Amino acid sequence: MTKKRELIELDDVVIRFSGDSGDGMQLTGTLFSNTAALLGNDIATFPDYPAEIRAPQGTVGGVSGFQVHIGHSDIRTPGDLADVLVAMNPAALKANARWLKPGATIIYDRDNFTPKNIQKAGYKEDPIAEDRLQDFNIIPAPITSLTKEALKDMNLDMKTVLRSKNMFALGMIYWLFNRPLKYTEEFFQQKFKRKPEVVEANEKVLKAGYYYAETIEALHSTYVVKPAEIEKGVYRNINGNTATAWGLIAAAERAGLQLFVGSYPITPATGILEELALRKDLGVITVQAEDEIAGITTSIGASFAGLMAATTTSGPGLALKSEALGLAVITELPLVVVNVQRGGPSTGLPTKTEQSDLMQVLWGRNGESPVAVVAASTPANCFYYAFEAGRLALEHMTPVVLMTDGFLANGSEPFKIPDMEKMPEIKPPIVPEGTEDYMPYKRDPETLVRGWAIPGTPGLEHRIGGLEKDKNTGNVSYDPANHEEMTHIRAEKVAKIVEDIPEQKIEGEQEGDLLLVGWGSTYGHLVSAMEELAAEGKKVGLAHFNYINPLPANTDEVLGKFKKILVCELNLGQFANYLRMNYPKYEYHKLNKIQGLPFTVAEIKDEAKKLLEE
Amino acid sequence: MSTEENKVVYTPKDFKSDQEVRWCPGCGDHAILSSVQRTMAQLGIRREKYAVISGIGCSSRFPYYMATYGFHGIHGRAAAISTGVKTANPDLSVWTITGDGDALAIGGNHLIHAVRRNVDINLLLFNNRIYGLTKGQYSPTSVKGQVTKTSPYGTVEPPFNPGELVIGAKGKFFARTIDGDIKLSVEVFTEAAKHEGTSVVEILQNCVIYNNGAYADITNREHKEDRQIVLRDGEPMIFGKNRDKGLVLDGMQLKVVKIGENGITEKDILVHDSKVNNPGLHMMLVNMKWPSHPVALGVIRNVAAPTYDTAVHVQIEKIKEQSPIKNMTDLLHSGNTWVVK
Repeated sequence: MTKKRELIELDDVVIRFSGDSGDGMQLTGTLFSNTAALLGNDIATFPDYPAEIRAPQGTVGGVSGFQVHIGHSDIRTPGDLADVLVAMNPAALKANARWLKPGATIIYDRDNFTPKNIQKAGYKEDPIAEDRLQDFNIIPAPITSLTKEALKDMNLDMKTVLRSKNMFALGMIYWLFNRPLKYTEEFFQQKFKRKPEVVEANEKVLKAGYYYAETIEALHSTYVVKPAEIEKGVYRNINGNTATAWGLIAAAERAGLQLFVGSYPITPATGILEELALRKDLGVITVQAEDEIAGITTSIGASFAGLMAATTTSGPGLALKSEALGLAVITELPLVVVNVQRGGPSTGLPTKTEQSDLMQVLWGRNGESPVAVVAASTPANCFYYAFEAGRLALEHMTPVVLMTDGFLANGSEPFKIPDMEKMPEIKPPIVPEGTEDYMPYKRDPETLVRGWAIPGTPGLEHRIGGLEKDKNTGNVSYDPANHEEMTHIRAEKVAKIVEDIPEQKIEGEQEGDLLLVGWGSTYGHLVSAMEELAAEGKKVGLAHFNYINPLPANTDEVLGKFKKILVCELNLGQFANYLRMNYPKYEYHKLNKIQGLPFTVAEIKDEAKKLLEE
Repeated sequence: MSTEENKVVYTPKDFKSDQEVRWCPGCGDHAILSSVQRTMAQLGIRREKYAVISGIGCSSRFPYYMATYGFHGIHGRAAAISTGVKTANPDLSVWTITGDGDALAIGGNHLIHAVRRNVDINLLLFNNRIYGLTKGQYSPTSVKGQVTKTSPYGTVEPPFNPGELVIGAKGKFFARTIDGDIKLSVEVFTEAAKHEGTSVVEILQNCVIYNNGAYADITNREHKEDRQIVLRDGEPMIFGKNRDKGLVLDGMQLKVVKIGENGITEKDILVHDSKVNNPGLHMMLVNMKWPSHPVALGVIRNVAAPTYDTAVHVQIEKIKEQSPIKNMTDLLHSGNTWVVK
């Protein structure tokens, strides 16, 4: 296996696997990412796939892509442009040609570049010429025919044979980047335990691709990307949905409560429910409810019954849950609602990312109905913000919405495994048995948090519900003054959470010409843009918000430290409007993108430079 | 209330909250409240173990009048909230209070799925065939042609029969009673409580204001024995003022016969069996309507089956035992990890 020509060392490299939505590109990308992560590279991934499970074959609309950025240095984004593209058909090339670095390597399945497929993808006859890719490093590989050849003695049906051609491409990439095959082979052995012929077929094709890449003249050099210099510790690769699920379980563990999750499948949030359903070993109760409303109302029931309760969804599901979320507000029960945002309105772009649910989360309910809101900003820190959402909900007796999005949910990165002993202990205000004169809406005078009396406890029998309650006794009250007071109390209770959250940090310059402002999943792109601008000598800082409601106590101060403010978000300016509402004295410039895609670092830098030059 | 070796003795009063009952004078709900309080007092379950959960509507004010744990939900969601409460803590005795609008219109989905899953709750469906709290619009059980504020020329849609719906949704327990018949209600509620699984009890309830006399044709003192039949296991399906009428199977249908006529004797009359799994006869019984048949009351269907909440916890315990992952730290370190030195 060592007929290598030249070994080139790279700091980082971006690889994009692309094919029909049935070609197994998501798996291919995931396997490559896992191998890179296990070898100690820092990574960031970006799965980008159509909503249809098997979208029309061979068309640009049906292309499924998985981009992975691996590096020796700190990797914050999946990369703007790819160094290597694997295109399983002409449509995959068409969809990705404009996302390539000049001179990038393109490996394509030449067996699939038939006149029919070429035209289906929207080319006339010569895709390379038509997209002006002649100067690129083009490797037309007979992936389909060599896959068939590799498996000809195995007596497999053609469908199974063709399904493994993605492993041929993966084998080529492994050779190109000097990666061992063993982790992927272990995966096959694990995954297809009961189908040894499938294990054998996949291994054969993987090796065939590896040896093919070694043999052909087209690859002049191979590359290494050394392990990243990252903080010491034990790491694992994790995506945002799994990290969210685990953060919720961790919060329940630190609170000493069982976790209950009522939920209904919805893209891109379903992975959280799937992961939690696996975790019966940790006592997690999952109810796959009959609809979104039952998802949240079963959880409210469980919260009333004394469990740590959560429900997971995406924007359309949150819309259905909004009445019930108001019920959790008025009954002042702890509840975590995870909103994995996607493109909207309505069904919108189910598999694409967007940050356009902010206003819905903050105010999309009838009545004065405040909830606490936090947002995760990287796949791995979904763990910490899910934990934090749980902590705030349980300790402040309030619903908390955790916002992530499709980009975080499906993206993955190395996650430094935390020491559970060092995670804060969560102390919900459970009312002990034997408490005299218990009243359901009696509160802590400092935090305004009410006590949580758990059904089954003798002597604490009480009734709560969606009707307005007397501020003392908790009985139904139609008294006008009481309603106004209760409305203020509910608002103030959530506002007081500000005393229990950290101050807003500024990264980069602490004061200067331009403050980049973001929230949620845009962090990687924004911090990369800020660092590149700083390297060019610009006085730029970044305030990236994870606490949305309440905003950190020093927000005003942070905003005041820079001459200009640029709020970057994947919507039409919702967070900018929210800041303007809260801090009207500043001028907020906006950078918005609504394409179902993350920002590129270049887009942010361009806009920042324009502002700096004005 | 007195406690003796953990055995509790209650009176119905122990289940009355200090809140003034605000239903209209003469509303059937008063009698139902009283029947529930009597039932709970004699079930031998400690008061703190009861959770009474409701949706929205006149009937759904119910939890406020009970001295138990109670939760007044939102419209239609009582069955879903109850599913959460019971699955979270199967040790609680969960009573779901709902109405014909709450359970069969806006909450229809939750009702059929609670029934399908067989969550161990007791669901009391107050059926007055009208929306009372919004002051008189037709409901999914309003009789076809019923004139209400939103059907001034009569409804043109056929109603649901709750029993038919529940059995159709794989229901294992269905009973029917009448608001004013406290003795029968207590008997039926007790059976509902004993049954493990979703026990649906339809209570024919009179709304004095918006649908007064909804059931007068069958509850009227003069005729009720001839127009109702109370079903009890092992007893022949005989009814009538003179106990001379009975039900027989005539081909595929139930038929009313007169004992002593055409050679019919008591031996020919069907004997009730609520425990038979085949829902065929139960379906025919819930569908009986006056004037062709008497309306069936009592426990019509009562079939044992595994409950959802138990199954959930049994599965968790089993997986807990088998899995090497015992806590969050184990999970975090499971699978592929690597060390950065």
